[in-house]
Amino acid sequence: MTPRRWEDMVADRIFNLTLGPLQFNWSAQKFVDFYAAIADEAPVDRVVIGELVCSKRAPFYADRIPAVIERLERGGKQVILGSLALVTLERERRAARELFEQTEHEVEINDLTLMNWVRDETPFSVGPLVNVYNEATLAFLAEKGARLVCLPPELPIASVDALAKAGKGCRVGVEVWAYGRIPLAVSGRCYHARAHGLSKDSCHFVCENDPDGLATKTLDGVDFLAINGIQTLSYQFANLIGRMDRLAEAGVTHLRLSPHTGDFVAVTKVFADVAASRISAREGFALLSGANPEAAFTDGFLFGNCGAAALAPF
Amino acid sequence: MTVGQALELVCPAGTPAALRAAVEAGAHAVYCGFNDETNARNFPGLNFSREEMAEAIAFAHRHGAKVLVALNTFPRAGAFSQWSAAVDDCARFGADAVILADLGLLEDASRRHPGLRLHLSVQAAAANADAINFYVRTFGVKRIVLPRVLTVQEIAAINREIEAETEVFIFGGLCVMAEGRCSLSSYATGKSPNMNGACSPASHVEYREEGGALVSRLGGFAIHRVAAGQPAPYPTLCKGVFEAGDYKGHVFEDPVSLDAAALIPQLAEAGVTALKIEGRQRSRAYTEAVVRSFRRALNDHAAGRPIAAGELRALTEGQQTTAGAYRKTWR
Amino acid sequence: MPSANAIPFFPTAGALALRLAPLAPLSFAAARLARSLGRRHPALFKRLGDQTGKTFLLDPTDLPFAFLLSPRPEAPGLKAVRRSSAGSWDARIAGSLAALIGLVHGAYDGDALFFSRDLVIEGDTEAVLALRNAIDNEEIDLARETAALFGPFESVALRPAHGLAALAARWTGVAFKRPERGTWE
Repeated sequence: MTPRRWEDMVADRIFNLTLGPLQFNWSAQKFVDFYAAIADEAPVDRVVIGELVCSKRAPFYADRIPAVIERLERGGKQVILGSLALVTLERERRAARELFEQTEHEVEINDLTLMNWVRDETPFSVGPLVNVYNEATLAFLAEKGARLVCLPPELPIASVDALAKAGKGCRVGVEVWAYGRIPLAVSGRCYHARAHGLSKDSCHFVCENDPDGLATKTLDGVDFLAINGIQTLSYQFANLIGRMDRLAEAGVTHLRLSPHTGDFVAVTKVFADVAASRISAREGFALLSGANPEAAFTDGFLFGNCGAAALAPF
Repeated sequence: MTVGQALELVCPAGTPAALRAAVEAGAHAVYCGFNDETNARNFPGLNFSREEMAEAIAFAHRHGAKVLVALNTFPRAGAFSQWSAAVDDCARFGADAVILADLGLLEDASRRHPGLRLHLSVQAAAANADAINFYVRTFGVKRIVLPRVLTVQEIAAINREIEAETEVFIFGGLCVMAEGRCSLSSYATGKSPNMNGACSPASHVEYREEGGALVSRLGGFAIHRVAAGQPAPYPTLCKGVFEAGDYKGHVFEDPVSLDAAALIPQLAEAGVTALKIEGRQRSRAYTEAVVRSFRRALNDHAAGRPIAAGELRALTEGQQTTAGAYRKTWR
Repeated sequence: MPSANAIPFFPTAGALALRLAPLAPLSFAAARLARSLGRRHPALFKRLGDQTGKTFLLDPTDLPFAFLLSPRPEAPGLKAVRRSSAGSWDARIAGSLAALIGLVHGAYDGDALFFSRDLVIEGDTEAVLALRNAIDNEEIDLARETAALFGPFESVALRPAHGLAALAARWTGVAFKRPERGTWE
């Protein structure tokens, strides 16, 4: 493939691509480098940025965020500020409120706490950790100003069909979790600290050693989950590259790609190319496998009999 | 909100027999659900038909107890009317409150049944005053069942900031994840508390004796292996034994149960209105024993007597108890 | 509620004696009991739902035989079997006779017995759960059910049945009779 400018790759495809917020604890330098590459090279439309998992991580890169945003915008991306997933502490509540005190950037809410600060005139988007399971909830959020909802990853395709249809009716875009380890649970307790015999308050930031999460096996030695601070993820990576036609048919408007280590710009390009029919899904799948040879892929929540079901061959 | 009021004891009932046992053992209120996907304990052989619910509410009212009906799953897209109709039935039967979690259902219930008292289920995981104030302001929710992630101090702080009652878990099974925000069960089985009302559904559980040990599998994934004579836990993923890097053990939580009987005075002081006992999936023997014990504890507390704690350990998962997140060291 | 870690076992001498006993009369009585229970507690089947087609091996581990239960609404069956010739079943529920009868009577909690390993479950877990919950809701008293077999003489039979149950309970420690429940004062 000859290198192309990402702008040319946006116009002709059937989905918008959203880069979800980074779920893992990366160093500030790695954070900056990652978003610089995304800004300059990745064919994504929207980039959600902000600490999702643990408020203790935020101070390490908070001062780099303005420059990162500026670069992303220079690269033509819409920047959305994402909230924390589980708001409990005073400073977390304050940070949540402050997200809605600025009006320059759209906010993605990942905890319904944020609904307390939504103003009627401010459109916002809803992340995959908010429970949107039915048309009534979608309509309620639309009425409050939601413009885009990323559906909870555990929903089966039948629910996606119904919600995407309802989304059209209330002018809300519907997004699905298309690539990356799937968020399964959040907790008040930090599992990284626990696995290292530490407490949450003095965790030594051990999660930074696992930039894609800490893989967790069953007693039978089966790869099963990944832990990431207070968050539990799937071991498998969601990968819907082979299901784009079906998702388009459902009326899904956006696909979410969740950051991982490795050549993530390549991942975004593969999705853009398949979405624009420049390459086949099969070719796209081969490229994704090549870019991440370690990863096991799944589309089980949407199409299988459980979330951990192995990807059906295509 | 109000300090010094008598605490309300809210007790589980999976069957009409358990409801009667709870009321006779001293429950101030009983919570229960219909025998379908509208509630988060949708287990085989459990729960109430419409007819049984109507009778149970009448029975409880005759004995001066309240009935709170849990409709705390998230309605399935395309089937919202099933949940909506369940709210209608509760209103018709004279339920004292419905316990809801879903935004759409809260909106629907508050609009169509302005007289029906709404409680916010723990499945909504409203863990701070801002989230709670949103529900209270938007839907007129009267009581919040607090997630099991908060310390007593945090509960006291929340109660100072909100205009609603709070209910906290005092005894029973312990979720370590933020409730209503966990897909571990559907990851392994395709069935989840949010969608199907069942965590680790029995249909996907397999027990097998392997080399003298009891091995539990959920959806084919080994959850734990318990040596002969050791207490067995529920086959839930969050209480399982896994290998994470160099660590091998209960990655998420040991198989323990919550017993916060000793914290009743502090919880009362923190402004809590009601204490909740977990266990709609348990037998009427459990209901009877636990309710009786806690009613005695509440009476002791009200009379200024010391509270006897720890007498229910034999009934608990892992036969071990914890004060859970109420003490900060849990995190 | 009696503590789950003090569940009595059926006396070994009694179990030894029973090992030689023929099962036919026991099966005959068990079958009658099952039919009578089904007639008197039709709600059991409703609660069991689609689990009524399953077959359960009820296995009192301190007795030399077990029971096969087939809770078909039209023809409920209960039959005494030797373990070696039990045939096929969907789910096995095993524990001491005291634990199993205590479960039926609501003297013990099924989950607590499971936690303490006094109860062992194999096979179709969903069916076991449905059966446990269905029986728990019926507030069954086996002494009363046995008396009911005497038809019009039920009330006459009830007192001796409860008396016998009490006697047997004293001898074996097994709760053959449903415990009384007081109300809260």
